Amino acid sequence: MAWGGSKNPFPITMQKTYDVLIIGAGVVGASIARELSRYRLNIVLVEKEEELAFGVSKSNSGIIHPGTQVSPRSLKGRLCVEGNRLIRRVSQELGVDFKEVGELIIAFRKEEIDRLNELKKDAELLGVPKLQIVDSSWLREHEPNLSHEAVAALYAPTAGILSPYRLVYDMAENARKNGVGIFTKQKVIKIISMGRKEARNKPLFEVTTSEKTFQARYVINAAGLFADEVSALVGVNDFTIRPRKGEEFILDKKREHLTNHLLFPLPSKTSKGILVIKTADGNPMIGPTAQDIEDKEDLSTSDDGLNKVLAGVRRMIPSIAADDIIAYFAGLRPVAGEDFIIRHEKDVLGFINVAGIQSPGLTAAPAIALLVCRILKENGLPLRKKFIFHKERKKTIHLFDIPLDKTRKLVQQDPSYGDIVCRCEMVSSKEIKDAIARGATTLDGIKFRTRAQAGRCHGGFCTSRILKILSSATNTPLTQVTKKGCGSEIVKEERGK
Amino acid sequence: MTERELVIVGGGPAGMAAAVSAYRSGVRDILLLERDQFLGGILNQCIHTGFGLDYFKEILTGPEYADRFIKEVENIKEIEVSLRSFVVGLTKDKELTVLKPGVLEQIRAGAIIMATGCREKTREMIHIAGSRPAGIFSAGLAQKLINIEGLLPGTEVVIVGSGDIGLIMARRFNLEGAKVKAVIEIQDKTRGLVRNIVQCVEDFDIPIYYRHKIVKIHGNERITKVSVVKVDDRFEAIEETRFDIDCDTLLVSVGLIPENELIEMAGVAMNKKTNTPVAEGLNRTSIPGIFVCGNAFKVYDLVDAVSKDSIEAGRMAAEYLGGAA
Repeated sequence: MAWGGSKNPFPITMQKTYDVLIIGAGVVGASIARELSRYRLNIVLVEKEEELAFGVSKSNSGIIHPGTQVSPRSLKGRLCVEGNRLIRRVSQELGVDFKEVGELIIAFRKEEIDRLNELKKDAELLGVPKLQIVDSSWLREHEPNLSHEAVAALYAPTAGILSPYRLVYDMAENARKNGVGIFTKQKVIKIISMGRKEARNKPLFEVTTSEKTFQARYVINAAGLFADEVSALVGVNDFTIRPRKGEEFILDKKREHLTNHLLFPLPSKTSKGILVIKTADGNPMIGPTAQDIEDKEDLSTSDDGLNKVLAGVRRMIPSIAADDIIAYFAGLRPVAGEDFIIRHEKDVLGFINVAGIQSPGLTAAPAIALLVCRILKENGLPLRKKFIFHKERKKTIHLFDIPLDKTRKLVQQDPSYGDIVCRCEMVSSKEIKDAIARGATTLDGIKFRTRAQAGRCHGGFCTSRILKILSSATNTPLTQVTKKGCGSEIVKEERGK
Repeated sequence: MTERELVIVGGGPAGMAAAVSAYRSGVRDILLLERDQFLGGILNQCIHTGFGLDYFKEILTGPEYADRFIKEVENIKEIEVSLRSFVVGLTKDKELTVLKPGVLEQIRAGAIIMATGCREKTREMIHIAGSRPAGIFSAGLAQKLINIEGLLPGTEVVIVGSGDIGLIMARRFNLEGAKVKAVIEIQDKTRGLVRNIVQCVEDFDIPIYYRHKIVKIHGNERITKVSVVKVDDRFEAIEETRFDIDCDTLLVSVGLIPENELIEMAGVAMNKKTNTPVAEGLNRTSIPGIFVCGNAFKVYDLVDAVSKDSIEAGRMAAEYLGGAA
């Protein structure tokens, strides 16, 4: 299915050969697509889910890491710091709300201050700017709800937050404007490599999905949790993706000012620990847990996870209560060893793996895209700039974060801005219709884009209205409107029909 | 900024009763704001009977009960009804910001009565673990889908909590041909009216599990089953009693929370546990001239009681305005 209506420039029936086919429309795939769309290339992005960002990216914490908790010798460390710099420009160009809130890594015992200094030294090796060890009096002043047992912290002011799924949607939308074809519900099931190295041919692939067959010169595997399975389709199976589950719990917006910074405990070997996270939507979030599991579709949360998270964050912010929680979810980090795997596969000419992109993948995404461009160029793809590249995108309007005067003007221009559908998050019917026009086809897709149904009543009041708006705007029977794709239909029968 | 004498927020049973009563007590400039496209509030979707026995001394359906007040409101020209009007801001100086299609308006009121009702507690508030598939509805949402929209949410239903809406919906799903497989209640008795247990559950042979809770929701796309356990005296799971019930729908009916985010925004002193104003007496708040009535003040079992107490709120607001003038 062509994503975002009928504007797709390349109908599949034409059997054209694309220069680049990208598998997976999460933050990595979307970022690569947008970066490549600067050049005179025919690009297609395919996604197996009903909507973009419905895999790993939808449960990202939304933290733009400064580069304080990654090995200074790792690829991901380098890409994280570069990504932290790049994301600011990307956000500005695309109208994504990036807020540089800063982070504090907190020490609770005098002995731990040495660890903070080590982290600082490592981060400085990577070029992380403005780091500072702050003492308890600084913490009292700048983080009043923090436990008084905190003795010091490493302060990294360049840490930030943004909405991970809105970043994906905005990058993809911009990529499409610049000519990238985007298709959802395309699970890749077969890849045939037809280029022959010995014959010095140009690479050529035939990629078969659940619906179509595409031809492309270069294939980029950004399939997240399933990158190992996609890679195995071309015979490269030297890595495995192991899902590491993280449960996160979202607090009521009333608690927005619980903290002024992102709060981290001292990191362990496998994770950054249980955090207090500020989000672009205002709701604080607590978590995540880190648990290695087998099932790539197990997104369940647990009582155990809740208890661990509460115990973890209360050490930092004692006033957090279970009653503050209004929502929760679990996400899976695609873990393939310690570092990212980003490489051209020498044995499969033209095939590039971008795998194991766990944290800090969101931060690194713009830097990963640049790296992939370099790899493509080194492997024979000419990158010639387009005469016209639309680098900017008009910022999406959210009533909840604009001043009253602007709302008044908008309501005068278009009355449906005054037609409120979601009362908890103040979302108008205009915003919902815009989200659909920009590609939302499911209730979750509308929630991620607009926040409608994401507030404290959890859709109790607005679901039926959104269901009807979506049904009529997409010409879909009410019984076929889904929460998140096929099989998740909301209602079973329409009576009186 | 326009000036109004009395603004009432919410056009359900509480707001309508308060408006009529304020008029009868002498207020001649009343603005009644309702966010939906009709007056009547949640009564419109309550098509079962059982309303009005106390107040009207006869048995009415929800819409019939609402209609009696709607007619009264419409007959009083001093009550201006503004539909599809959504209050997005409220200050301690009794200034309201109202959004409706095409208009953003600011109003300064002499007195305000908040009749904003309540919302349902969600699955998230009681922290049921498991997945987050389609097929989980608050009982009130399911009621709206069936009774207003003509949509059947599911065919094999489990209900968690024995609140009145959940019990009413057990019967409603049954009448629509769906199978209600269980009602799960953590307490050892219902939190709803006894008549609803008898008429909506027992009469339809629906199993009700007291002292049980749901510990896990299963299913990736649509809910497929729930895991249920018996609980001990501290409501902790007794693991060896765990069993599964297959279903395609879970209704959540675990209580109501007064909807008072606006007065909280205005700085009214709040009881965080109940989400209601800290009050010296019925319908009062810590800010003189801001009153709260109906289910927003406290959750009532019967609409008849909402009407009675809201009439008192209308009278109190009139008295306040008289005194202020």
